[in-house]
Amino acid sequence: MSDKKKKSNANIDTVDSSSSYEVASQYKLMWWKFKKHKAAMIAVPVLIIMYLICMCCEFFAPALPLERYKDYKDTAPTRIHLWDDDGNFVGPFVYGLERYTDPYTFRKSYVESDQIIKLGFFVRGSEYGVFGSNLKWDVHFFGVKLPEGEEPGGHNVFFLMGTDSLGRDVFSRILSGGRISLSFCLVSVAFTVIIGLTLGGLSGYLGGVVDTIVQRAIDLIMSIPGIPMWMALAAALPSTMSNLKKYFLMSLIMSLIGWTGLARVTRGKLLSLREEDFVIAARMCGSSHMRVIFKHMLPSFLSYIIVSVTGSIPGTILGETTLSFLGLGLQAPTVSWGTLLQDCQTVDSMAATPWLMFPALFIIVSVLCFCFMGDGLRDAADPYK
Amino acid sequence: MENKYTNPIIEVKNLKKYFPITSGFFKKTVGYVKAVDNIDMYINEGETLALVGESGCGKTTLGRCILQAIKPTSGSVLFNNKENKQVELTTMPYSQLRDTRRDMQMIFQDPYASLDPRMTVLNIISEPLICHHLMGPAERREYVKELMVTVGLNPRHLERYPHAFSGGQRQRIGIARALATKPRFVVCDEAVAALDVSVQAQVLNLLMDLQEKMNLSYLFISHDLGVVSHISDRVGVMYVGHMVELADTVKLFARPMHPYTEALLSAKPVADPRNKSRRIMLEGDVANPAHLPSGCPFHPRCRYAKDICKEQLPEWRELEPGHYVACHCAQDLQLHGMRGYEK
Repeated sequence: MSDKKKKSNANIDTVDSSSSYEVASQYKLMWWKFKKHKAAMIAVPVLIIMYLICMCCEFFAPALPLERYKDYKDTAPTRIHLWDDDGNFVGPFVYGLERYTDPYTFRKSYVESDQIIKLGFFVRGSEYGVFGSNLKWDVHFFGVKLPEGEEPGGHNVFFLMGTDSLGRDVFSRILSGGRISLSFCLVSVAFTVIIGLTLGGLSGYLGGVVDTIVQRAIDLIMSIPGIPMWMALAAALPSTMSNLKKYFLMSLIMSLIGWTGLARVTRGKLLSLREEDFVIAARMCGSSHMRVIFKHMLPSFLSYIIVSVTGSIPGTILGETTLSFLGLGLQAPTVSWGTLLQDCQTVDSMAATPWLMFPALFIIVSVLCFCFMGDGLRDAADPYK
Repeated sequence: MENKYTNPIIEVKNLKKYFPITSGFFKKTVGYVKAVDNIDMYINEGETLALVGESGCGKTTLGRCILQAIKPTSGSVLFNNKENKQVELTTMPYSQLRDTRRDMQMIFQDPYASLDPRMTVLNIISEPLICHHLMGPAERREYVKELMVTVGLNPRHLERYPHAFSGGQRQRIGIARALATKPRFVVCDEAVAALDVSVQAQVLNLLMDLQEKMNLSYLFISHDLGVVSHISDRVGVMYVGHMVELADTVKLFARPMHPYTEALLSAKPVADPRNKSRRIMLEGDVANPAHLPSGCPFHPRCRYAKDICKEQLPEWRELEPGHYVACHCAQDLQLHGMRGYEK
C-alpha cells in the first residue's frame, strides 16, 4: 500500500456513528420493535415481579404455606383499615376476629372485634429457612406487628386472602404455589426445547427416512387427545414417589406431548433456511457444516424458537393446573396453583368460601402476561420484514 | 478460436442434474425434472463465458452445479487449481472442496437474500477470509476497507448492517465478498439483473476492470443480451436444460446456427425507429423439463423442424472451429443474426 493510500485510509478510519439504525444489530432492532408493543412492555415487568416474589415466597408471605391457624378455619379475607371507628388515623391495621355462629344456619363465621392489630413491614413472624437452607430467619415483608415476646400463631392474625378449611393462609399458599407453578412451566418448556429442537433439527437437516418417521410420530402424538394422554401417563407414576421426582416427571410428561409444535417449527425453518441464498453463500465462502449451522442458520431461527417457546408457556401453566386440579398431577402437601384450586371443586365450597378461588386470578394474570409477552416477541421476531 | 483448450480453468463434461419428482405417502420417485442435461463446455483462464436463455432453462442450476452448491447427478467438473493441476470437483470430499472454494466464488442474483441480515458488512466480507484462516483481525479490517473502496463502497460503513444499504450497494457487498479471497473463477448469477440500468453499467464496468486486474474468469449468467454482448467473450445458449449453441460472442450474434438462438436474438429490441421488426414469435410454451418432447427438445416450436428432429436428439458438435451447436439442420440453415453484428 502506498503512503498516500495509507493516509486516506487513516482519515476514513473513524467509523461512522451518524445513525444508530444503520449499525443496529438484530437484537437491537428487535428490542426497538418490542418496545412499541405496550401490552408486552407492561407484561414483562409484571412477570418479573411475580417471579421474584414467588422465588422469595417465605419472605413476602406473612405466614408459612403449611402453617395452620387452628382457631381460624374458613376465614374470609381480612379488611385492612387506616382510620379507627372515631376517625383517628392509626396507619394500616386490622381488627381482631371473633367467632360467630349463625343462630339459624349454624354456619360458623368470623366478625371483627374491637381489638386493633397493627400491620407493618419487615415484621417478626414464623421462622423459615432462607431458600430452603438451614439458615433460619423470621422476618417477613409484611404482616402483623407482634407484641414483644408473643409467638406467631396466636390471636394476632391477619389473612389477606382468607384461610382454607384447615386454617392455612391462602395468600401465603398462593405465593408458595406460584413458586412451583411458575418454575414448573419453565422446566417443562426446557425439556420441550431439548426434545423439539433435537428431533425437529434432525428431521429437517437429515431429511429422508428420519424425516418421515419423525413427522409421522408427530402426527400420531398430535392426534391423541391431550387430557386422556396425560391421565394415562400420570397414572403410570407410582404414588409413593417423592414430590421432587414427581415434579420433574410431570414436567417431562408435559413436554413429551408439547414438543411436537416446536419440532415442526424447527424443521420448517431449517428446510427453508437451507435453500436461502445467504446460507448457500456461506457454504460457497468455504464455511464448515458446523459454522453454517451455528453461525448462519441458528441465529436466524432463534427468534422464532423464542417466540414459539413463550407461546407454549401459558399452555404449560394451564396444563399443570388442569392436571393438579383433576388430582392427577402434583398432589398435596405439595402446594401449586392447581392443587390449591382442588379445594374449590364443589359448588358448595365455592359459595361458602369464594376466596379459595384467588389462585385462579394469579393463573389468569400470569397466563395473560405470557401471552402479551409472546405477542410482543412475535411482532419483533423478524425485524427485517 | 485459436486459444481453444489452451488453458481451460473449468471443464464440464456430460454434466447432469435431475431433480426427482416424488409423490405419495412413501415419497416414491415418479419422474425427474431434467434441469441440466448432458452439458459439455469449458471456460478459459481470463475469459468471460455468458450463459443466456429463458427463465427456468437451467442456467442458475448449471452455475451452481459447477461450484458444487448443488451436487450434480452425474458428469464431471474439472477445475484447474493453483498448482495448475486439474481436479475433479464432483467427487471431492467436503473438506477439500472447502479449500478449493478459495479460488472459485459466486455472486448471487438477489442482493436482498444473499447477505446474512444479522452480520455487519465487515463480517460478511471477511467471512471467506475467516473460513480460510487468512489474516488476523486487524489486518482483515484494513483489507476489507480496501475491498470496499475497490467496489465503490464507503469504508466508513464497515459496521453497518445490510438493511442500511440500497440494492446496488448490497450487490457491491456481495461482489466484495466474492473477491475477498482473490479467486480465479467467479460465477456471476444474474449479478446485475436486480439493479437499475445506471447501476448495472457501473457494476459491469467494475467486473471488467477487476477481470483485467486480477485475470479473473467469469461464468456470466444472464438473460439480458445487451449486457451479455457488452461483457462476454463467448456465449452459450441454453434451452430447457440443454446447451443448444456456444460460440464467440460476435460470431454467435452475427450468424447464429441454432433456430432458438435466432429467435432469441430477434427478440432484442433495436434502438432504430426505421427498423422494421423481424421478430420471430415462437409458438407454444417452453417445454416442461419434467416431460421433454422426444428428439430435439426445441422441435415443437421450431419453424425449420423436420422429421428427424422429432425422433433423434441432435448431437453436440463443433460445426466451425469454436462454434458448437446442437441442431440436425444447422449446416443447411441460413439464419439471421442481430442487426449491427451482421456483416
